[in-house]
This record gives sequence, C-alpha cells and structure tokens, in this order.
Amino acid sequence: MYRYDEYDQQIVDERVKQYRDQVRRRLSGELSEEEFLPLRLQNGLYMQIHAYMLRIAVPYGLISSKQMRMFAHIARKYDRNYGHFTTRQNIQFNWLKLEDTPDILADLASVEMHAIQTSGNCVRNITSDEFAGVAQDEVVDPRPYAEILRQWSTFHPEFAYLPRKFKIAISGGKEDRAAVYAHDIGLSVTKNVHGEVGFRVLVGGGLGRTPVIGSEICEFMPWQHILTYVESILRIYNQYGRRDNKYKARIKILVKALGIDEFKRQVEADWADLKDGPGTLTSEEVSRVTTFFTDPAYEKLADHDSQLNEFKADSRSFYNWMLRNVKAHRVSGYAIVVLSLKKPGSVPGDATAEQMEAIADLADRYSFGELRITHKQNLVLADVRQKDLIRLWQEATAQELTAPNIGLLTDIISCPGAEFCTLANARSIPLAQLIAERFEDWDFQHDIGEISLNISGCVNACGQHHIGNIGITGVEKKDHDEWYQVSLGGAEGNLSSIGKIIGPSFTFSQVPEVIDRLLRVYLRERLEAESFIDTVRRIGHAPFKEHVYATDFTVAEEETANKHVVVPAQYSVPYYSPRF
Amino acid sequence: MIIKNKTIVADDWIVLRLNEQGSAENVTVPEGKVIVPLQVWLQQRDALQQRAEIGVWLASAERPEDLKGDIHKFSVIAVDFPKFSDGRGYSIAYNLRARLGYKGELRAIGDVLRDQLFYMQRVGFDAFATRLDRNIEDALKGLTDFSEVYQTSFDQKLPLFRRAQRKGNPATDMINE
Repeated sequence: MYRYDEYDQQIVDERVKQYRDQVRRRLSGELSEEEFLPLRLQNGLYMQIHAYMLRIAVPYGLISSKQMRMFAHIARKYDRNYGHFTTRQNIQFNWLKLEDTPDILADLASVEMHAIQTSGNCVRNITSDEFAGVAQDEVVDPRPYAEILRQWSTFHPEFAYLPRKFKIAISGGKEDRAAVYAHDIGLSVTKNVHGEVGFRVLVGGGLGRTPVIGSEICEFMPWQHILTYVESILRIYNQYGRRDNKYKARIKILVKALGIDEFKRQVEADWADLKDGPGTLTSEEVSRVTTFFTDPAYEKLADHDSQLNEFKADSRSFYNWMLRNVKAHRVSGYAIVVLSLKKPGSVPGDATAEQMEAIADLADRYSFGELRITHKQNLVLADVRQKDLIRLWQEATAQELTAPNIGLLTDIISCPGAEFCTLANARSIPLAQLIAERFEDWDFQHDIGEISLNISGCVNACGQHHIGNIGITGVEKKDHDEWYQVSLGGAEGNLSSIGKIIGPSFTFSQVPEVIDRLLRVYLRERLEAESFIDTVRRIGHAPFKEHVYATDFTVAEEETANKHVVVPAQYSVPYYSPRF
Repeated sequence: MIIKNKTIVADDWIVLRLNEQGSAENVTVPEGKVIVPLQVWLQQRDALQQRAEIGVWLASAERPEDLKGDIHKFSVIAVDFPKFSDGRGYSIAYNLRARLGYKGELRAIGDVLRDQLFYMQRVGFDAFATRLDRNIEDALKGLTDFSEVYQTSFDQKLPLFRRAQRKGNPATDMINE
C-alpha cells in the first residue's frame, strides 16, 4: 500500500499544527462557532447531539494493521472503546472532546493518517473498489490513480468552498463495486481496443434528497488527462453550481439544469486551456505510485480444495461462511475474506477496540498486514492463503466476525440515525437490529439469497436507501413520531437503479413485518435461481405493494418508555428524537 | 491597513458599494482612489477611464470576462467574498490571472479571515483586506500554514510530481535492482 514520503508527512504534520491553533483560537473565543464551523468540517469534525464526532479518512478504504491498531488506541483513549466504519470506507469516532482532537490528529499523523476533507463542501475522500488488485474481473488496478487523485485534491486551493460536498469514486473491474453511478464524479478506469489506459467519466450522480444516476461526460479520457479534466469539471461547478439552496447545490442539479451536452461543452472549453499543460500526468509519476501497489510476495500454491471440502461437510457454519464471505482471488491458492461487522443484534459497522486489535493481528498473520474497509461497512482481508481459511475462520469466529451474511438480508447498511445525528427524523440502528434479529435464521437468509437492505434516518440518504433492493427512510410527520417509507427496486453496480416508494409509510414496529411480506411475494413468484432484484424487475412493484397493504398490521407498538431498551448498552444513549 | 505582498501596509483605496438608492448609472463616484463595483465601471466607463487611478471589484456572482480588454486600465482589481463559505471568488481570481493575464494588484475584500489566506494567495491574490474586527498581524500567519503543495494553481505552475524527485516504494525498488 501507499507509504508517505517526506512531502506527504510534512503536509500532514503542518495540518496538525494549523488545526491545533484553530482549536486553540476557538477555545479562547478568538473564533466564533460560526467561523470555526467550516474549519472543523474541513477536518471531519462534527458537533453531534451528545459529543463531537470525528471522521478519519481511509483513502480508498485501504489500511495497514498498524493503522488499525491506532484506531483501537483512539477508541480506548479518547472514545468509548469503539469506532464506526462508514459507507464511504472511513471510520468515525462518536464521543470526543474538542480539546482532545488535535492530539488525535497528531496520533494519526504518526501512522500516516489524517482527517483532511472528510466533511465540508470540498472534495471528499476518494473511494474505490474494496477488491482492487485482487478481483478476478479487474481490467486496471484503480489504486494508483486513486492515490494520485487523493494527492491532487488534498488542500486544492480553488475547490475548498464549493457549493456543496463533492464525492469521487473510482473502479477498475468489469463489475462496478464502487457505486460510480452514484457519485458526483464516477471514474471507471479501463483499456481501449489498443490496450491504452483511460477513464470513462460519469458526472452528476448522487443520492440524497434527489437521487440521480450519473451521466457519461466522456467515454474514454486517456489517463494523462484525468487530473486536468477533473479540474475543469470542478471549476465549472464551483462557478455555476447553485448556492442559494443547499438542497439544490450538488453538481447533479447543475448538470440537470444545463443538460449534459451543455455542461460538457463548458467543461471542455475550460479544459482546452489545461490540456497538455503542466498538470498533465506523467508516466514516471504513475509508475512511481504503482510501485506501492504491486503484488505482495505470493507463494506458488494450488487451489486447496480437499481439506476445505471435508471441513465444509462437517460444519454448516463454515460452509455458509465459505459461500458468502469468501470470494475468488485472481491468484491460485489464495482467497479474499470479508469479515462481517453485521452480526445480527450488533450495530452495523461498529467494532470495539478489542476487535480492532484482533483484526489487526489477523491481517498480520494471514494477509500481509493489510486490510480494506468496504462500502457496505465490513472489512476485507484480501490475500489469504486458502490453506489458512479454517484457522482464520476459527480465530475470527472468536471475535464474532464471521456472520455468514455478506450480500444477504442482514448485511444491512445503516446510517447512525436519530440517536446521534441532528438531521435524522427517526432511529436507524435499532431498526437494523430489530430486522436482523427477526430474520436471523441462516437457512432462511441463504434461501432468500442476494439482497440489499439499506436504512437512512432521513432523506439525506447516508444509508444509501435509494440503491438498496429494499430501502427504508425515516420521514417526518406532523405528530413528531417516527415513520418509515419503504422503497423497492434500487440497485448498485453495473445495473444501478433508484428504488421507488411502495406507498404510505409505516411505524417502527411494522417495518420487519413489511419486509417479511415483501419476501413472501418474492418466494412465491421467483423463478429458479432468480435473485430478489431480478424478480422485482420482472414482475414490477404491483404484486409486492398489493400484498404489503392487503391486510392490517397486528404488531404491538413499542412502549415509548421502553424505547431506550433497544439501544445497545455501550452507547448509553437515552431515546431521543430531535423533533421533541 | 491591508496585507500586500506578505506585509502589512497602509492603504488609501476606498471601496464603493452601491446602497439601495444608488444605481450603477447615477451614483457619484467620489474623487481619489476608488474601487468601484463592476456595474458602475460598465455604466460609467467613459468617465472613469479618464482618471489617473481607478480600481474595480467583482461580486462573487459576476464574471471576470466582463473586464476583458479593460484589464490593463486598473491599478487594483478586488474580488468580494460575501461570506467565508462562498468559494466562487477563488475561481474568479484564477481566471483573472491565468486566463485573462491580469498582472496588477488582486485584492480579496469582504469576509476575509486568516484561515482563507493560504488558499487565496495560491489562486492569485496578492492583497488582503482582512476583516477590520480581527487582528491583522494574526491574519498574516495564515499565509505560511503550509510549506509544500501537491497541485498546480496560479502560484505554482508545476505539480509536485514534476518538481520533486519523489521516491517509489523502497521494497519494490530493491526487487527491481
């Protein structure tokens, strides 16, 4: 993976110094909260309901075991012993004190990490394919370009105060695993018929209040020009993106307003001035950065079936885990392992300090000391010898990291929701837990098969509900109680689509029953080996909608007084709705 | 006092702002060194260009291309930041310098504070009328927050990868040798 040289280290160290002084000025009153706000946001620091939350950048989701141990240290020393991995491949700490944050940044800088531009109206952390470099369908490894873009966007002087946040994703496989259609800029690195590397450039995708699938602005941009082309897109957006209404400020609104052809014309007029100029990427630089992403010292191994098959026959749990959590590797004798942070009943994406240290140990022992964070809030050991799988499974099971549910119903994406976030209308995490507990049965989940269930506590869509096969959104009603809309038919990947709402919203306690009814229609209607989303696409929404609303719900409503009971003890958060 | 060329200097320019009554055609531009709004310049161009010294300022929604052809007539061009978070002024400055070739004083006015100054100087500002309720000596420190940058802008024509001999992965280099 990428390692800092003296330039990277100096820039990050100077950031710590700059930020420490900003915090000092805030604490002494030299800076008002209003003035401090954009400064702390550019550094990933939010003021939430209970405390400050710090989002730490994990560039394109790749970290070392040493960095993971630093997260454990931060969780113990400054937080409540746990951290939360996010859909943008970052990690968040939820219970911090403002005066501790400069020291946390200094600790992070000591392991080549930072929190630069993890929030604010600037270019955010670049995300990528969690299986980059090891996927069988990879055309070009996106990681060197992701790192080059990270450096280019870090402290870009012109684009720090954009109309709104700006997210770039990059993928390099035949299958898109980076949701490039749902980003402000989505890049697919590929090869043309002559074998030359270049990018398909998508622009104006995004979720939030107005979900939009990105439009193609360039079919094939040769790699040399990617930085200058992205610069021109950002310059047009910075000048013409709306600033009068934050809900209409993302680039997707500008692209829709101008039309992709006119937007492209403006970008290319700006770009004419930069093309082939000094900002053009050099083959020396790409080669240099690529040296950090070469193969680890793989052994020559055969695919290792017999022992695994024997053990699979003995252990149903191991069999299920192999089926869902272990993915094919491009090198024979190796496998990709996804550690699940979605054990039913747990909080999606959370890991304790002890788990983090155990995970770091597993990475050292079995996967060259490296890890990836996935956009579904799980962790990946990318280079595991197949002959180590049984031992790894046993050790990871002891840490509750082997729920065999990757891509299944309980692999739920959830935002933090109303207990933490001032924007949310409704709770997300307790709902995720309630659903996971109801459908915990592994045989049932494996029978249902591939499905995605995404929960957001409000329309801002941090839980990416629009691209869940089933999407759940907390909505505000005038009685200030929690209500949830359910949508159907969203998807990510090459066949990305935005889900449609099935009808009137539901109470907290009704949602699991709604999901049960949706699944019953699927089980009734599916053709052999047809996935949930394929059935939805084939038969449409009507049969699902009809069945869900056909009969009354008889589930008992949760007592208000007991609402805190479903919150996990480690949070010690009373039931809270920001609307009360 | 303003910051100009990285030092604190006295300043005798007046920034003319149109109030609700005044219109760009009719407002009386006072004698002396005045920085007028773009619209006043466009409306009263014939008279104003007779003056020995004149400045113009752009609001964040205005286009620097409107000054094309007139660029050399100004002793100072200012860009207004109505609030800290309005970043259009950064692109206006870049376009004035890099695209329109403006070489004179480029001044940031409005909600200009210490923590924007590093970025502002990178896109081409060389003068900063920092907010009067803040200590200007303190603001000066904002120009030196970082000693190295990755990307090109107006101040730095070459990206770091074209300027520095950066090392690749030492482990891989050893294998290659």
